[in-house]
Amino acid sequence: MEVPILRQGQYLIASIQSALTDADLSHLREALIAQVGRSRCRGVIVDVTALDVMDSFAVRTLRDIAHMARLRGAETVIVGIQPDVAFAMVQLGLTLKGVATVLDLEEGLAFLNRRDEERLLETRPKRFGDRG
Amino acid sequence: MAGFSSGEQTVIAAAISEIARNILMYAKQGEVFLSLATNGDRQGVVVVAKDQGPGIADLERAMQYGYSTSHGVGAGLPGAKRLMDEFEVDTVVGQGTTITMKKWRRVI
Repeated sequence: MEVPILRQGQYLIASIQSALTDADLSHLREALIAQVGRSRCRGVIVDVTALDVMDSFAVRTLRDIAHMARLRGAETVIVGIQPDVAFAMVQLGLTLKGVATVLDLEEGLAFLNRRDEERLLETRPKRFGDRG
Repeated sequence: MAGFSSGEQTVIAAAISEIARNILMYAKQGEVFLSLATNGDRQGVVVVAKDQGPGIADLERAMQYGYSTSHGVGAGLPGAKRLMDEFEVDTVVGQGTTITMKKWRRVI
């Protein structure tokens, strides 16, 4: 099943609706990375609320999406990992290290907004007379 | 499923997914059998995954976390073992692999 990718302002939201095959996951990765460039977006949210099982391939694909999107200039945040899924992931030793995860979609949007503000502050050129 | 909580079901499903993926990667095809078992006052599920693939030459390393000969994450076998209560591998190089794993339901 294909995962719909919605555009919300500067962000892309991929909302996974049901269990995905490996091919579906790989397709989602390609589609997201392509669309980051096409729509010049700064952030990606992958909503996994509907997933009740995540195995090593799924977790690795999510990590790859986050790292690839970052190389293309977009931050990724994974939202909606269910308690049971978190438990099984930790047992499997899959921790999604280096990838932002937050509770739900609302937190995901807030996270990306914060990152955007931080980025603007970092890249603002210093003017004459600025301290520090 | 057999009185398992949703959390336990998630764990069992993840373990089955890992060993099924192992079959696909190394043996290309195989079979997974599920059955219910009783042991005294414990009830559980038994998963048997069988393939006629290449077998595992170095089982000790295959059971090490992070070791993979197929560019995987190396979480498959050791990960599945961690998720289940019992885990046995019977493998013969050139003939195939049978993995038997069990999960017992906690009696409250």
